[in-house]
Amino acid sequence: MVDARKLRLNLESTLDSVEAAELIVQRMAELNGFDEDEVHQIGMGVRETVANAVKHGNCYRPDKTVSFDASIDEVAFQVTVIDQGLGFAPDTVRDPLQGENLLMDSGRGLLLMRAFFDEVDVGPCAGSGTRVRLVKYRTKGAGRTTQEEDR
Amino acid sequence: MSLSTAIRDVAGVTVIDLSGRITLGEASGKLRDTVRGLLASGVKRLVLNLGDVSYIDSSGLGELVSAYTTARGQGCTVKLLNVQAKVQDLLQITKLYTVFETFEDEATAVTSF
Repeated sequence: MVDARKLRLNLESTLDSVEAAELIVQRMAELNGFDEDEVHQIGMGVRETVANAVKHGNCYRPDKTVSFDASIDEVAFQVTVIDQGLGFAPDTVRDPLQGENLLMDSGRGLLLMRAFFDEVDVGPCAGSGTRVRLVKYRTKGAGRTTQEEDR
Repeated sequence: MSLSTAIRDVAGVTVIDLSGRITLGEASGKLRDTVRGLLASGVKRLVLNLGDVSYIDSSGLGELVSAYTTARGQGCTVKLLNVQAKVQDLLQITKLYTVFETFEDEATAVTSF
């Protein structure tokens, strides 16, 4: 029997992998009680993450793969995506919401990840590449302590 | 679902009816080629009808912006028609609602130029 709460894959650096990752997490989210809007948001956030890994990280190179790890528990849906690229510093990305940057024809992927997930951590991976960890809580604020919510 | 396009002329305004998803890869390329082809033929008033566009990713948003800026550089105005709720949300998140003029009915869009 397939466990719809945990999945680990090595994806090829192709657009098909982007489509597959989106469909997989959407199905996992559906099967585990996330509502329609959340399923859409999870799918889109993961799509943007894997697309960045395939396109900007691995540059579509067939000799490089994308590590994809998704898990769901009572608290949250977590996804970790690791590419084998040269690394990426998120603070070097121009803010797509500022002034002339609104007219950039790229650079909105990270913005969408942050809009659709509660936590987005981007950093270097041991060795090489970039590791992106996404967390979406089942309900807003879940996973925090009562004390934190009272602040 | 791939992207399909159909081009119409409505009272001197060119309308592109788009259907499907505008995402990284072939779909974004198809939108780019369609818009650039129309610009090359001298179109100056262009409406992108997104009524049957169910999904746009960041690459698709970039392609809409590229269409807007490329057209503007050639003296053409691009406006959006029938933007669906989830795409409207993206325009809000990205503040692209401040860039694009959007309409809910075709007649108003066409007469707005």
